[in-house]
Amino acid sequence: MTAVTDRPTVASGGAPLPVSLKQARLPRWAPPVIALVAAGAGCGIGLGAGLDSTIQWGLIAAALFVLGTYVLSAAVEGGRQAKDRLATSMVWTSFLLAVIPLASLLWETVARGIKVLNVYFLSHSMGTLPDALPGGGIYHAIIGTLEQVGLATLIAAPIGLLTAIYLVEYGRGRFAKTVTFFVDVMTGIPSIVAGLFILSVWILILGFGPSGFAGAMALAILMMPVVVRSTEEMLKLVPNELREASLALGVPKWRTILKVVLPTSLGGITTGVMLAIARITGETAPVLLLVWGAKTINNNPFDGAQQSLPLYVFQQWQIGTDAAYDRAWGAALVLIAFVMILNLVARGIARWKAPKTHR
Amino acid sequence: MAKRIDVSGLSAFYGSHKAIDDISMTIEPRSVTAFIGPSGCGKSTFLRTLNRMHEVTPGGRVEGKVMLDDENLYGSGVDPVAVRRTVGMVFQRPNPFPTMSIFDNVAAGLRLNGSYKKSELKEIVERSLKGANLWNEVKDRLNKPGSGLSGGQQQRLCIARAIAVEPQVLLMDEPCSALDPISTLAIEDLIGELKERFTIVIVTHNMQQAARVSDRTAFFNLAAVGKPGKLIEIDETERIFSNPSVQATEDYISGRFG
Ligand SMILES: Nc1ncnc2c1ncn2[C@@H]1O[C@H](COP(=O)(O)OP(=O)(O)O)[C@@H](O)[C@H]1O
Ligand SMILES: [Mg+2]
Repeated sequence: MTAVTDRPTVASGGAPLPVSLKQARLPRWAPPVIALVAAGAGCGIGLGAGLDSTIQWGLIAAALFVLGTYVLSAAVEGGRQAKDRLATSMVWTSFLLAVIPLASLLWETVARGIKVLNVYFLSHSMGTLPDALPGGGIYHAIIGTLEQVGLATLIAAPIGLLTAIYLVEYGRGRFAKTVTFFVDVMTGIPSIVAGLFILSVWILILGFGPSGFAGAMALAILMMPVVVRSTEEMLKLVPNELREASLALGVPKWRTILKVVLPTSLGGITTGVMLAIARITGETAPVLLLVWGAKTINNNPFDGAQQSLPLYVFQQWQIGTDAAYDRAWGAALVLIAFVMILNLVARGIARWKAPKTHR
Repeated sequence: MAKRIDVSGLSAFYGSHKAIDDISMTIEPRSVTAFIGPSGCGKSTFLRTLNRMHEVTPGGRVEGKVMLDDENLYGSGVDPVAVRRTVGMVFQRPNPFPTMSIFDNVAAGLRLNGSYKKSELKEIVERSLKGANLWNEVKDRLNKPGSGLSGGQQQRLCIARAIAVEPQVLLMDEPCSALDPISTLAIEDLIGELKERFTIVIVTHNMQQAARVSDRTAFFNLAAVGKPGKLIEIDETERIFSNPSVQATEDYISGRFG
């Protein structure tokens, strides 16, 4: 601890040490003002030079902002602070650049999808409605998506969980390494390949027809590695001291895993599974190959073609009339909402289940 | 209840690294035995061989014999789970289970191992908390999380958790090193009471603590960094601190190294 004193002290090299720990700072309103000026200048330059892409205007403004803060800060606050500002302004700029596409995508989908979104749209199928006409709905697609994703989760989540538990708690040596390797490979499988695999085994060799279940199997292949990976990470986060505390009480290993390790990491594991579900909900390719799509309601996922939300969007877009475009955007909006709700639920569970430390 | 521990020719390894070499000693029942010695000389490793926790570490391996009364802990067919039920352990840092309440923490060893009636559990939890001198401080908040207690209280909670399964031997690895002096005193008092019922082995870096709580003291040392730790001598605590038979012990106790 060095105290700040009034007496100037001299370091061994001869240069005086700073007398105070304080230093000149840019006022708090400086960064927003610089941002405004940069935005104005960006637009000005863009207009003046006749650039017709507003994206270029934005990039110029961003560069000006980063540069402006650095130069001003270097002049007023000194080198170290200037570097700090530089890093901060670059982080903010990158954040904005990343958020803009996301926000505009959301905006576009909501603006276009909201037109057709009503109770009728959610509670009716396409039935015998001619493709080109307005009307119809996505009830059959919602049912299909729920059933296919639900079945895929029932298959993939237990297998994925058990694999992760094996890898973290038991796996040693060659076999565990091999399993990890194949899980990594599976993470990279393109969805269309997973679809083709089930197509060749289930439909071409075994001779079954298209069904929601066939699609679910392909989705499960895609989901499994994601569940394994995220669960593995969560289990690794559980401190070894807890396992030892339980083992030292004479609790067998399997009960330790079940009663101490899993509850401790339950929040994270649930989040991982939910995110994996969100990922497969948007898959189109395997569904196209194995479930085929349908215009009417089919509640039985084990027999006959079904519809699903992403496939519905794809097919409506192919029809190409205005009414079909509207329906495609409406279904896309429902799909996004569904995935978002899943994410929110996952976060809620994670917060609810997180170890509580308050008194 | 309490049992005698008889160690002979015990060595422990981490992979190919030998951490302790050829240790033999007798630990008397209903007494407190303290392990002292410089850091890294293998006190923790040795302690963990006494309830087969050493083999939980990847690569951990043990050679030699540990007799608990007349049973070899490392004999063929011995269930490590049963060993750990008989030989309990308290760790250096308090580690209550974060998802469990105070009550559930104490009941954990029992509940995780079998089914008990609610009334039975209540009785055992109360008895254990009283045994750990914690009952008065927590009796009104048994359903609150155990991680909300102070460090000293958490450590006593861990002791209550360990004695709730009624072990015969209690191993403690520097149980006070993360605690303040008042909590340390509370735990030292507790050790004095617990030795009526259990065989207690405690690792400590604090000479005064060893002198205060233990009946017998064992001094460990290692020839050089990277060499395995060895037992230098074990004797009545009074003798070790007044008139040890080995020069290295005297040097260590008088603070000349370590
Ligand atoms: N998990 C481990 N893996 C490998 N070596 C270890 C591990 N734990 C301890 N050791 C080694 O074993 C020796 C004894 O350590 P330890 O028993 O913790 O000593 P002490 O408790 O007396 O300070 C040291 O050389 C240490 O490096
Ligand atoms: Mg130690």
